[in-house]
Amino acid sequence: MQKKLTIALAGNPNSGKTTVFNNLTGARQHVGNYPGVTVEKKEGTLKYKDYSINIVDLPGTYSLTAYSIDEIVTRNFVIEEKPDVVIDVIDTSNLERNLYLATQFMELGVPLILALNMSDVAKKQGTKIDKNRLAELLDVPIVSTVATKKIGMKELLDEIVSLVEARTEPEKTIVHYGKEIREELKKLEEILKKDKPLGEKYPLRWLAVKLLETDEEIIKKIEESSFSEEILSAVEKSTAHLKSIFNDEPDAIIADRRYGFISGACSEAVSRNYETRHTSSDRIDKVLVNRILGLPIFLGLMWLVFRFTFKASEPLMGWIESAQEWLGNMFGGFLPDGSAIRSLVVDGIIGGVGSVLIFVPIIFLLFLAMAVLEDSGYMARAAFIMDRLMHKIGLHGRSFIPMLLGFGCNLPAIMATRTIEDRKDRLVTILVNPFISCGARLPVYTLFIGAFFAERIAGNVLFSLYILGMIVAIVMAKIFRRFLFKGPASPFVMELPPYRIPTVKGLFIHMWERGVVYLKKAGTVIFVGCVLIWFLSNFPWQPQYSKDYNTLIEQAQENEGLVSKLENEKAFEKMEKSYAGRLGRIISPVFKPLGFDDWKTSVGLIGGFIAKEVVVGTLGTLHSVGEADEESKTLRQALQNQKRSDGSRMYNPLVAYSFMVFVLLYMPCVAVIAVIKRETNSWRWPIFTAVYTTAVAWIVAFLIYQGGMLLGFGG
Amino acid sequence: MKGQYLPLNMVSPGRKVKLVAVRGGQGIRRRLNDMGLSIGAEFRIIHSHFFGPCIIAVDNTRLILGRGMSHKILVEDTS
Repeated sequence: MQKKLTIALAGNPNSGKTTVFNNLTGARQHVGNYPGVTVEKKEGTLKYKDYSINIVDLPGTYSLTAYSIDEIVTRNFVIEEKPDVVIDVIDTSNLERNLYLATQFMELGVPLILALNMSDVAKKQGTKIDKNRLAELLDVPIVSTVATKKIGMKELLDEIVSLVEARTEPEKTIVHYGKEIREELKKLEEILKKDKPLGEKYPLRWLAVKLLETDEEIIKKIEESSFSEEILSAVEKSTAHLKSIFNDEPDAIIADRRYGFISGACSEAVSRNYETRHTSSDRIDKVLVNRILGLPIFLGLMWLVFRFTFKASEPLMGWIESAQEWLGNMFGGFLPDGSAIRSLVVDGIIGGVGSVLIFVPIIFLLFLAMAVLEDSGYMARAAFIMDRLMHKIGLHGRSFIPMLLGFGCNLPAIMATRTIEDRKDRLVTILVNPFISCGARLPVYTLFIGAFFAERIAGNVLFSLYILGMIVAIVMAKIFRRFLFKGPASPFVMELPPYRIPTVKGLFIHMWERGVVYLKKAGTVIFVGCVLIWFLSNFPWQPQYSKDYNTLIEQAQENEGLVSKLENEKAFEKMEKSYAGRLGRIISPVFKPLGFDDWKTSVGLIGGFIAKEVVVGTLGTLHSVGEADEESKTLRQALQNQKRSDGSRMYNPLVAYSFMVFVLLYMPCVAVIAVIKRETNSWRWPIFTAVYTTAVAWIVAFLIYQGGMLLGFGG
Repeated sequence: MKGQYLPLNMVSPGRKVKLVAVRGGQGIRRRLNDMGLSIGAEFRIIHSHFFGPCIIAVDNTRLILGRGMSHKILVEDTS
C-alpha cells in the first residue's frame, strides 16, 4: 500500500518555482481552482519510493500577510489543508529577500524544506553559502537545486521522505522579536487561549503576531470569536504600548526584526562579492524601456504578436471550418430530413458551437505569443512602459495587457487580468474590456460599411469604430474608478525579472493551461446558449404558414429559381413567426430612437449574443438571401432597399453607423459573459456587464443618431 | 546632492540612495516591507522619470515602482 503525501510548493515570484514543479510532476499535472476564489490551482502527482506524492503549486507570494488573493490562498492552504511538507523555493541570488517568506512559514510551525534554487547563478556571482551552517542557524533542512538543469530534484524528494519519516514536531517561532514585543505576544496568547477551537486551528503565537501586524483577515476571524471584545481591546492596548516605546507601528518593527534575524543568519553562513546577474538584462533594458524608444518598440512587438496570431491561425481556422462542415454533413446524412433533431444537431449545436470553436486557434496562438513575452521577461517591461498612460485613467500598467489582448478576442483578455493583484483594478479592467472591438465584430462592420459608405472613406469609418470603443472603455474606467470602486490607484510594485530564453516546454504548458480553460468552461455555457438561440429561432416548429409552401415547391420542381425563391420565403416566414421573430417585434420599438427599429435587425442583435458575427448570418436568413456572409452582394442590396412601412428607406449611412456603434458596444457574447462569471466567481458581474454595456450602447448610439439628425446627416 | 532628501522619482538614474520614509498608508508600507524595502534599505536607481514609474535595483532584484508609489517614497542620496 502506497502512502499518500501532500506537498505544498511555495516561493517568491521569479524564484523558479514553476520549473521545480514541472520537473517534479512532468505531464502529470492538472489545473483547477481553489475553492471560493479564481486563483488557479495547479496540482501534479508523482511516485517516489513508497509514497504517492501530490504536489500543489501555491501562487507566488512575498509574504503571508493577507494582502492579495494569492497570499490568502497560500496561507489558507498551509493552515487549513495542513500539507505534510512545505517546500519554499528560494532564489539564492536574492537570498535575504526570499528568506522573508521562509521566516513566516517557520513562524507558522509547518514542516518546511528550503530549496536554494538557482544555486549555480549565485555561485557564479561569487556567493558562497555554507549550506549546513545556514540549515543549522535557521533550523530547517536545506537542499541546493538548479531547477533549469533538473539538479537537486532527487535530493529534494529524499529530504521530503526523511522529514516525513522523522516525524519530529517542528521547532516553532525561532524569530526573536525582542523583550518588549515578546511580552505583548505572551499577553495576547494568554487571552487567545480562552477560545479553544481557535487554538486548535491556528498556532497561538502566530495569531498574536498577526494581530499585532493588524492583519485584516485574522481580525475578521477574531471578530467571530466569543472573546472578540477582550482580545481586540488587548491588541489595541499592546499596539499603543509598543508604539509609545518604538515610535513606530508594530508591523514595521516586526518586519524589521525578521529581516534582522535573516541578516544575522546570513552574515554567518554566507559570504559574497557582489556581481549581478542583471548586467546583461540592464543593457537590454537601456534600449527596451528607454524613454523614447520604449513605446514604439512595445507597439511594434504587439503588432508582431497580432500579425503572428492571425496569420498563423488562418489555415487552422479553415480546417476547423471544414471539420464542422464534414460533421454537419455526416449527422445531416443519417438524421431524418426536416426533423427538429436534425436541425438541432446540425444548425443549433454544430453550427452554433462551431462558430465559437473557430476562435480556438486564435486563442491558443495568442496565448502562445503572450507566453513568449511573459516567459522571456518582457511582459513586466510592457507594464512598466504603459504605467504612465494607464495612471491617467485610475489604473496602472498591469491593466494594459488585457486591454490590448481584447482586440483579438475579449475572452483571453479577461482571463489575462489574473496578473492584476488589486481586486478593484482587476474588476474595472474586466468590466471595460468588452468595449475593445474584438475580431468577431469585423464581419458586421464590413457588411454595413460596404453597403452604406463610399469606398474612399470606408477605412476611416472602420478606424473610427475602433477608436470609439477605446474611448468608451477609458471613460467607463474613469467613471468606475470614481464612483463604483473608489479609492486611490493601488500601489504598484512589481519585480522585473531578468531576461530569459523561454523553454519550449514552459511555453506549451502556459498556452495549454489557459487554452483548455477556455475550451472546457466557456464551452459548456456556449453550448447551452446555442441551443437556446436555436430553439427561439426555430420554434414553433410547424407554424401556420400563409401559403402551402410544400405543395408549391413540389409543383415548381422544374424551375430552380422559383424553388429557391419559395424556400427563402418559407424560411423567412418561419423566422418571422418564431419566438425570436416575435421577440424581435417586441423589442424593435426600443431601437426607434436609434434609427433601426426593424424587427429583423433586432433578431440579428439577439443572435449576436451568441457571437457577434452571428448578426450577419441571422440578417442573411431574415432577408431571404440564403447563405449570407459579409461579402454577400444580395444582402447588401437587400439592406439598401429595405423600406419602412411608410415607404422611406430603413437604412442610410447615419442609421448604419448608429447600428454598428450599437453592435460594438452592446452586451458581449455569451462566451465573454461565461468567462466573466468564471473570473469573478459570481453572477453579479456578468449580469451587470450585460446590462450596463447595453445601456451604454443605447445611449451612445442615441447620441450619434439624434446628433446626426440635428446636423442634417439623416438624409 | 549628497545627503538630500528627495522623492524617489526625482533622483537621477545611477545614484545610490537610502530609503528614509514612506508617505502613505500601512498597506503601502507593508507591501514595500514584504519586498525588502524597509526604512534604511539601500538601493540604486536604474530608471526614473518625474511623471512615471521608476526601476530600482535592490541587491540582485529589479523592482518597478509605479507612478503612484515612486513619489511617495522619500530617499536620501548616498552616492
